[in-house]
Amino acid sequence: MTYIADTVDVVVVGGGHAGCEAALATARMGMSTMLFAISLDSIAMMPCNPSIGGSSKGHLVREIDALGGEMGKVIDKTYIQTKMLNTGKGPAVYSLRAQADKIQYQSKMKHTLEKQKNLRIKQAEVTELLIEDGKIIGVKTNSNAVYYCKAVVLCMGTYMKARCLFGETIIPSGPSNLMAANALSQNLLENGIRLFRFKTGTPARMNKNSLDFSKMKPQYGDEHIVPFSFEHTPEEIAREQVPCYLTYTNEKTHEIIRNNLHRSPLYAGVITGIGTRYCPSIEDKVVRFSDKERHQLFVEPEGENTDEVYIQGMSTSLPEDVQLEMYRTIPGLEHCEITRNAYAIEYDCIDATQLKLSLEFKTIRGLFSAGQFNGSSGYEEAAAQGLIGGINAAQYVRGEEPLILQRSDGYIGVLIDDLVTKGSKEPYRMMTSRAEYRLLLRQDNADQRLTPIGYRLGLIPEERYQKLLQKQEKIAEEIARVNAVIIKPTPQVQEFLESHNSTPIKSGVRLAELIKRPELNYDKLISLDAERPELSAEIREQVNIQIKYEGYIRQQLQQVEQFKKLEHKLLPEDISYEDIQGLRLEARQKLSAIRPVSIGHASRITGVSPADITVLLIYLEQQKGKKV
Amino acid sequence: MQNIVLDDVIAAISTPVGAGGIGIVRMSGTGCIAIADKVFQSKSGKKLAEKSSHTVTYGIVVNPSNGEFVDEVLAVVMKAPNTYTKEDIVEINCHGGILVVRAILELLLQNGARLAEPGEFTKRGFLNGRIDLTQAEAVIDLIHSKTELGRKSAMKQLEGHLAKKVRALRQEVLDMIAGIEAAIDYPEHDVEEETRAVMLQKSEYLLKQINSLLRSADKGKIIQEGLQTVIVGKPNVGKSSLLNYFLQEERAIVTDIPGTTRDTVEEYINLDGIPIKLIDTAGIRDTSDVVEKMGVEKSKEYAQNADLILMMIDASRPLDAEDKEILDMIQQKRSIILLNKVDLDTKIKQQELLPYTENGTIISLSVKEEKGMEELVKKIKELFLGDENTLVGEEILGNTRHKTVLFHAKEAMERVIATIESGMPEDFISMDLQEANQLLGEITGDSVDEEIIDRIFTKFCLGK
Repeated sequence: MTYIADTVDVVVVGGGHAGCEAALATARMGMSTMLFAISLDSIAMMPCNPSIGGSSKGHLVREIDALGGEMGKVIDKTYIQTKMLNTGKGPAVYSLRAQADKIQYQSKMKHTLEKQKNLRIKQAEVTELLIEDGKIIGVKTNSNAVYYCKAVVLCMGTYMKARCLFGETIIPSGPSNLMAANALSQNLLENGIRLFRFKTGTPARMNKNSLDFSKMKPQYGDEHIVPFSFEHTPEEIAREQVPCYLTYTNEKTHEIIRNNLHRSPLYAGVITGIGTRYCPSIEDKVVRFSDKERHQLFVEPEGENTDEVYIQGMSTSLPEDVQLEMYRTIPGLEHCEITRNAYAIEYDCIDATQLKLSLEFKTIRGLFSAGQFNGSSGYEEAAAQGLIGGINAAQYVRGEEPLILQRSDGYIGVLIDDLVTKGSKEPYRMMTSRAEYRLLLRQDNADQRLTPIGYRLGLIPEERYQKLLQKQEKIAEEIARVNAVIIKPTPQVQEFLESHNSTPIKSGVRLAELIKRPELNYDKLISLDAERPELSAEIREQVNIQIKYEGYIRQQLQQVEQFKKLEHKLLPEDISYEDIQGLRLEARQKLSAIRPVSIGHASRITGVSPADITVLLIYLEQQKGKKV
Repeated sequence: MQNIVLDDVIAAISTPVGAGGIGIVRMSGTGCIAIADKVFQSKSGKKLAEKSSHTVTYGIVVNPSNGEFVDEVLAVVMKAPNTYTKEDIVEINCHGGILVVRAILELLLQNGARLAEPGEFTKRGFLNGRIDLTQAEAVIDLIHSKTELGRKSAMKQLEGHLAKKVRALRQEVLDMIAGIEAAIDYPEHDVEEETRAVMLQKSEYLLKQINSLLRSADKGKIIQEGLQTVIVGKPNVGKSSLLNYFLQEERAIVTDIPGTTRDTVEEYINLDGIPIKLIDTAGIRDTSDVVEKMGVEKSKEYAQNADLILMMIDASRPLDAEDKEILDMIQQKRSIILLNKVDLDTKIKQQELLPYTENGTIISLSVKEEKGMEELVKKIKELFLGDENTLVGEEILGNTRHKTVLFHAKEAMERVIATIESGMPEDFISMDLQEANQLLGEITGDSVDEEIIDRIFTKFCLGK
């Protein structure tokens, strides 16, 4: 029998990476919050790779932290190896990545949720959304308990009508044999929400005692570590790190795969979900890149207190016997014992173009959606959306404007704009090449970009905000000083320049000019800079980047200025595209479906041409005229 | 993402092409006065930015990149908001020749302006509240039909060879970007990264290709406006007869008295499909006749600006100092030396002329007897359309918009090369490559959206 269990401000459905951030954000913004998960043991679970960060994903984690989210803090406390990647490729693409102790990560995050004021977590499956007059009013669980609320954030990940497949084996479950959520899909469809069916996969886990690491190449972490969270110092989180190992497939492996392709549910046509190019299975790799003689694999530990390892680079949905045979052709894996089979997983997710940029459904007020359920892939993408979904659920309850990050504000802005504007036909992965202004959206300046926003929302404490202001002041002071220092062509200076393979100077130059030379930088020039104050590594890095790449940065700032002009031309919410004369049919349909908020937003919709944009601009002008 | 900008500086020729004695190039948008100041030098030395609104300034247009003089002009500065577009406007009034007007437009485009879309000045006027509301619907129709039409005709122009060529270039740019980006987004995958040397080599090749396309843009200009061919030579060597031969009518006055053609005569002819603007000049020689002197000066000037010079020599008279002076003058130019009147007693051997011509294009002919004319026609075609039988209209980049875009692509590739050479990180190389990619895409009208990512995943085997 249905009973009324409670009334809260916000309900979060799901306790994965999106759900955790969403619930913490709403609770920290003062909302009484209830988070439901099918199993509380799967809170913040990493069902796939045991790592967080990497190219562009590392940017997301730093942005989450800058806004007051949790992922960066938890991984800093639970990492077992960390590395800054791409350090030779330019400051915009430096990428922080950490191997996680999965179990510790989960329990640390779960404990954080448990301790959080205003937040309760409960093990239950939400089976129904309660909607009245196009507005969410509550949820119902599988035990017929009704929780009334003002806003809901859906963070169901890959659990919706999920099934796992390898070979002929089909398990009707979510990841790692966890119970799937089978009831809610139907309820969403009844409420007019369109669903997609996506597919992804994960490789096998093995017992490391069955592997021969002498045949693999060890991969170590960095000596000088950089924390994800701006609140941590390297010293605070220093620890002993564990290595990963590199090995390769070979012709024998590929032969086994080719001979057994007909037994892969993907190739046999059993899987109907749309897979991602970003995480291809080994059978995809072998088929699509048949001329490649070998593919690399990384053997990554799953944690400190387990001997299970993850075989990165070799996800598959081939049957168990083939999996074993194929893995055992690989140097170091000849006697491997598989602890968990690789599998493909299919699940329901939404067509994200049904969402506004705030992640609220266009048709149901107070209903928000975040994470892999929106058609993305990756823990970091999920967490980023969860944070924004949570923030905006709270803003909605408060009756305040939603937080919408622009593409020029951060990777989070790019991620959400891409998802809800273009929609995704495959699980969406964040990539640095998706960010137009990536030189401005560096991982090192995420705090300067976003912490003031987190502070205004109430997610960043006063002390942290004041620290940021001080840091910015010091950076500005030092840049001003360096711009004023003149270096004269003394023998000492010329000798220094020569020793760094740098052209001697003819007359006095500004120190800043020397920093701009590719072969030099701020730190290297210390011996020529007698007046230099003592500054933290963090500040020195900012001074160096901001001076060294000044020209490029200015160029992107100008582009952003142009971009913003279009973003600020807002389209009225009640605009009827059917009535606008001059729009092409395709544009009319797309605009009606997406309902962009601004001219800039409209211009990013596939199928809307520059001529259509002109028509919209003229329409806006006409409306202005009418109001006067 | 589409490149839509609301108030950048737009420029266009605002007088009908070829009509009237004066040409006006108009710019509108924030910053247009600064752009004008880059190419304009006033007589007084005052910058246009210092002028008050709605004033006319006399001065010259000079190409800032090489200091070359372009034309004497009047610059009109009109400041926002009391203008047609309600933005700052600069109009440059110059001498009407299409080449000059175009040269000025191109200079402005190279210095930061963007070629206006059809009807864009009107559109801005409307968007900025200048035009009455009742006109709005007409404006929509105008803009819509024109942009669509413009797009279609641009596409049509690009079908075939040129589009293929630009696309092929863009594929190579894309490959380079995909290589860099794949390595950035998958730092630990064994993506085969190109060495700096290979990247440099590829970029230089691309730049060379773009430059050669830009040169073909000049060919395109020729197709549209006529190959400016100037006939020079001392008086009474048969210049007007040649013109008349092509025109098949007595247009220029031909007499046996030296110096009959006192001014220049311009005619358009169609040479097997190549439009040629043929200019018959006054004979070049020392003269005391004031009127004729002006004509001679004019011919020298024309010869300087010509696409092709036909230098005519009377073969029946020995080579004299006047001939040699003209030969010296044209030595650096693309020219054909015509030994006319070979029906008479020939006093000059071709070998004598060899030192004056780089490519040895000397043709013996007789205009009167119509001898050697076919060879001349063949030579003219060869010189302009290349040696292989390049078909007119195929590889020709005629459109100013395309030329400007290509020019910017060239600049982007030059920056790529500079970045590689200076040892800057890959990210910065990618930045300018992406700009080049975007620009080349604009020429062919291909959307570059998502393409980089598509390319990364077709080219490289990535992912966990």
